[in-house]
Amino acid sequence: MIAGHRKTSGGPRSRGGPRAVLAYLIRRLFAAAVMLVVIIMVVFGIFFLVPKWAGVDVATSFVGKQADPAAVEAVRVKLGLGDPIYVQVWEFFKGIFAGRTYAAGGDVTNCAAPCFGYSFRSEQAVWPVLTDRFPVTLGLALGAAVLWLLFGVSAGVLSALKRGTLWDRGAMVIALAGVSLPIYFTGLLSLAIFSYGLGWIDGEYVPLEESFTGWLSGMILPWITLAFLYAAMYARITRATMMEILGEDYIRTARAKGLKEQVVIRKHAMRSTMTPILTMLGMDLGALIGGAILTETTFSLPGLGQAVLNGIKNQDLPIILGVTLITSVAVLIANLVVDVMYAVIDPRVRLA
Amino acid sequence: MTTQRTSGRRKQAAAAVAAVAALLTTAACGGGGGDENGGSKTGAAGFDAANNKVAQADLATKGGELKFAGAQDADSWDTTRGYYGFMWNFARYYSRQLVTSATQPGAKGAELTPDLATDMAKVSDDGKTYTYTLRDGITWEDGKPITSKDIKYGIERVWAQDVLSGGPVYLKDVLDPKGEYKGPYKDKAADKLGLKAIDTPDDKTIVFHLPEANADFEEILALVSASPVRQDMDTKSKYGLHPFSSGPYKFASYNPGKDLTLVRNTEWKQASDPVRKAYPDKISIKFFSNANDLDARLIAGDYDLDINQTGLSPQGRTTALQEHKANLDNPVSGYIRYAVFPQSVKPFDNIHCRKAVIYGADHVSLQTARGGPVAGGDIGTNMLPPTVPGSEGQKYDPYELNGANKSGNAAKAKEELKACGQPNGFKTTIAVRNNKPVEVATAESLQASLKKVGITVDIDQYDGSQTSGIIGSPSNVKKKGYGIIIMGWGADFGSVQGFGLPLWDGKYILESGNNNFALIDDKKINGMFDTYVKTQDDAGKLQIAKDINHAVMDGGYYLPFVFEKFVNWRGNRLANVYTSDAFSGMYDFVNLGLKSSK
Amino acid sequence: MTELSKSGAAVGEPTGTSPAPSSFLEVRDLKVHFPTDDGLVKSVDGLSFKLEKGKTLGIVGESGSGKSVTSLGIMGLHTAGQYGKRKAQISGEIWLDGTELLSADPDHVRKLRGREVSMIFQDPLSALHPYYTIGQQIVEAYRIHNNVDKKTARRRAIEMLDRVGIPQPDKRVDNYPHEFSGGMRQRAMIAMSLVNNPELLIADEPTTALDVTVQAQILDLIRDLQKEFGSAVIIITHDLGVVAELADDILVMYGGRCVERGPAEKVFYEPRHPYTWGLLGSMPRLDREQQERLIPVKGSPPSLINVPSGCAFNPRCPYADVPKDNLTRTVRPELTEVGSQHWAACHMTQEQRERIWTEEIAPRL
Repeated sequence: MIAGHRKTSGGPRSRGGPRAVLAYLIRRLFAAAVMLVVIIMVVFGIFFLVPKWAGVDVATSFVGKQADPAAVEAVRVKLGLGDPIYVQVWEFFKGIFAGRTYAAGGDVTNCAAPCFGYSFRSEQAVWPVLTDRFPVTLGLALGAAVLWLLFGVSAGVLSALKRGTLWDRGAMVIALAGVSLPIYFTGLLSLAIFSYGLGWIDGEYVPLEESFTGWLSGMILPWITLAFLYAAMYARITRATMMEILGEDYIRTARAKGLKEQVVIRKHAMRSTMTPILTMLGMDLGALIGGAILTETTFSLPGLGQAVLNGIKNQDLPIILGVTLITSVAVLIANLVVDVMYAVIDPRVRLA
Repeated sequence: MTTQRTSGRRKQAAAAVAAVAALLTTAACGGGGGDENGGSKTGAAGFDAANNKVAQADLATKGGELKFAGAQDADSWDTTRGYYGFMWNFARYYSRQLVTSATQPGAKGAELTPDLATDMAKVSDDGKTYTYTLRDGITWEDGKPITSKDIKYGIERVWAQDVLSGGPVYLKDVLDPKGEYKGPYKDKAADKLGLKAIDTPDDKTIVFHLPEANADFEEILALVSASPVRQDMDTKSKYGLHPFSSGPYKFASYNPGKDLTLVRNTEWKQASDPVRKAYPDKISIKFFSNANDLDARLIAGDYDLDINQTGLSPQGRTTALQEHKANLDNPVSGYIRYAVFPQSVKPFDNIHCRKAVIYGADHVSLQTARGGPVAGGDIGTNMLPPTVPGSEGQKYDPYELNGANKSGNAAKAKEELKACGQPNGFKTTIAVRNNKPVEVATAESLQASLKKVGITVDIDQYDGSQTSGIIGSPSNVKKKGYGIIIMGWGADFGSVQGFGLPLWDGKYILESGNNNFALIDDKKINGMFDTYVKTQDDAGKLQIAKDINHAVMDGGYYLPFVFEKFVNWRGNRLANVYTSDAFSGMYDFVNLGLKSSK
Repeated sequence: MTELSKSGAAVGEPTGTSPAPSSFLEVRDLKVHFPTDDGLVKSVDGLSFKLEKGKTLGIVGESGSGKSVTSLGIMGLHTAGQYGKRKAQISGEIWLDGTELLSADPDHVRKLRGREVSMIFQDPLSALHPYYTIGQQIVEAYRIHNNVDKKTARRRAIEMLDRVGIPQPDKRVDNYPHEFSGGMRQRAMIAMSLVNNPELLIADEPTTALDVTVQAQILDLIRDLQKEFGSAVIIITHDLGVVAELADDILVMYGGRCVERGPAEKVFYEPRHPYTWGLLGSMPRLDREQQERLIPVKGSPPSLINVPSGCAFNPRCPYADVPKDNLTRTVRPELTEVGSQHWAACHMTQEQRERIWTEEIAPRL
């Protein structure tokens, strides 16, 4: 889905203005929409067909210790598990646009559009759960991304400019540690030091709308922990890319023009260095939005990752389905944004 | 699902962090080292100070926020639908019952006391009719009085299993064994009170007509599933999101899986409630997804106690036992951990082969695998947990599991193998949940000791979230050849019926959701359960409980591992703390107080 | 083929440290050494020359002979882009219009870059930034040294593009480099380097990456522009053919040193160094018979770390044994005057060289 670093030297001439970007965007959007439909089908297949093959009765697992056949049957009816798969998929699609009503045993549950399913475990529509938890995960991912871009990229640039020095080697050793240590370790360690030990930070999540400072103090450790891992990767990539770019002819040209070295780095080298970093950023952000499970678990952040983990623990299929979908959409959007930014940054891509 | 990048050495790293974190926490809390059994500067009452006795009752003050923390939200806060023990415990904050468990420590806590009712039931008609009169001044959170009809409606909801699944269905089984009533949502009567077994002649009187007598009926009425629910406030499947309060506290906010806050129900009157003291002003639960984080916050004093009451995790336990022993209690959980032998799988149809396993197992090693005497529990010697009336504890040890055969008796095991016609041993499979590391460890321990007597076992770790679908299906168990199933069980209510009926009565062998894994269908045992439910006098009930336990043990269906114990954290701020057999060794939540309202 | 030399670009003799520059550009004993893990790379090892305004100097040599490093040294770019501990070592003097550049404030040198001295590179595709339009890049070059607004700079860019022969310059100014053809790109590159009317233009292999037909156009363009702007030009190439048309003087480099230099007609018609003979032999020429052309210089360029003792060219020189006493392999030959303003570094006697040239080499060319 990610547009590669396409080189289109000597192709047909075309103007690379905003219209080209727009046409490119439309092509990408269309591809993303097709992808989304495919994803929904696949996810549905996984969640409703695989248990069938494995011989697991989804309905039974919804009912408690004393499985009452009436209850099992009611759940089956409610979830529409008896319907053929295409009916289930269709009902699901319809629900997204038109909302859905679940009725069984005299109890009617409305799930307003956009209905991404209904969790009979926690008696909640999935969509509000997603919208409630999405900001937490988004805040985590974006905050961490800002940190890791800031520190990772600048460390990488500095390392590239001071290659071979103590600074460079030190930074790369720390980066190696960051890449190799799992979140579980760095997360618990940071909690143990800053929260339980020194008591500087409470470390508990507080919603943004409740208190900004509380939110900051709850997010700062997860951000740092997550950013540490990614900053390390970004520093390494930035360093390597920067070193390669600095050897490019057009950098020499820029210097030959009489540009200050600072401007050469900032305006000419950085822009090229950003291309692979942007690709990574898009993929990482997309993945994080659905998959910050470890970080969210370690820091008890009520985000999507935690929701999906609880969903798995509680056999809450609709939640898992919902999170999987929103994650896929997030990855798609992230890729789309990357593609568009690519086109903005690199005029050669617009031709593709 | 995408996951984060991590190295493949996650396990090792987790172990490493546990060590590091433990060190750090220890260092940070180093000041409290003086805590020993007899109380401390920090105000903790001492080790086991609240185990079957009340700790610091006189220090409880009115006011403050009692802070629970937990790793697992309730299955539902709807009184009809909840089945987790901690939910039943917590539900007493916002729900009242006709009768309820006494707010007393230990075994006394398992005794019943009138709550909404003025008195215990007037039983007549050979134990088939129970009559209660309601107190004055009992009110809902909007100030309206609680009537007998509200109680009837609340009980009727149990019949609506198609909508309100998940909770215990004893009331339904006892009051309407034939399943004639279809539940209030399908009730044709205008007032939706069509259940014939309950009469409400007036708002203050409620009469239960049992088709068959049941000696534990009041125990069943004491379950939160018998709480009143007001019809106009019944939001059906969504009731658990905001139950309408009849108790001293009401729901202020609830975010499933995140947090729950109760505030005082100002309409509740102390004078109407002989049970609840309602010390704190506010009660909150915060849910964490990281058990280590949760424990660290308990130990740090950010929270007062664990809502789940399942004990500290290994890392927190180690720290706490070393540094904060005065904050700990080591109660019996009411659970027995055991291996059970399905008779459908050969050669476990033969009692001697079953006994061979019982004798061949190394019980000390199984106890160690469960966590040792403190965290794991005492070696289990029979199948009635110490919290259930009629239990004899370790005194009844027919196979000398805590005596001569403690470390396994190979000679005896081989004798039994010979008697079984398998002198050279046999092969079988142990089924164990893959999400319970401790159970996997016990399976491995069992595997090792059985090898010595010639019994070769494979361990099949099945998906723990699919327990009821996999081992709850006898045909599947037979197909897979699960000769040994590792499980645990605790009582729904404190009696041999509440503990053993689903496990040992032939009527409870089910096609799916089965818990009678051994497939016991013994006329003698079935008969004793039948007699038990008709017996009214307590001494007689205790005797039958003993007899049933003995019969089960004689059949060699079970290899008990431990009478489970756990290490429970009691925060410094807590007062009036005690464990109760009514809630399987948990602290009784409803009357917890804080030492200061700050 | 036009005339080979207009003569007059003074190629001064190697001088010591006299601080009085009379020429527009004077390089004295330039040494550029790069420390590497394998040893010291002596890319340029004692080079001197002079160049006057309006004149063209061709520096010719194989790759690795030090010609590009020399140009970067003049630009003050020999250390640019070298981050980390190892920096190039440079010594000698470079006098440009009365200023010695090596000892000058680096920021002063930077300000000269692009304004006084500018450069055209070999591969215009890689030398132009792929993410910026041609216009943006020219505007940038202009605005560094001229305090004008973007509009004015853009007008200047269009004017320059028009001057270098790009059709519809007002439209093409907004194109990206990848939207240009190779020749157009090089024209744009030239437009960019001339936007500030530099006194000195260094063209490093300006036609190597281009089609043969385009090559001639570009060379014509450089010559026309030089006439128009009156700049001094240094053309660096491995191909004598390229400088044949343009250069007033030619400097042949081998192994970081100058082996022969002089007015173009002298170097072409009376070359006095065996390496120059080899280069002439490998040059495609239109005014010669189609026989035995393109004789490459046999062997590979010398290592710049372990430069062969004696004459650096001796392992490849067919006449290495002509001088007596194994002199070629033991003593490094100095530049000696072999004619008016014509210098060569070879141990062979004047007579030997004249004889070999007229009897053996010239007839075969």
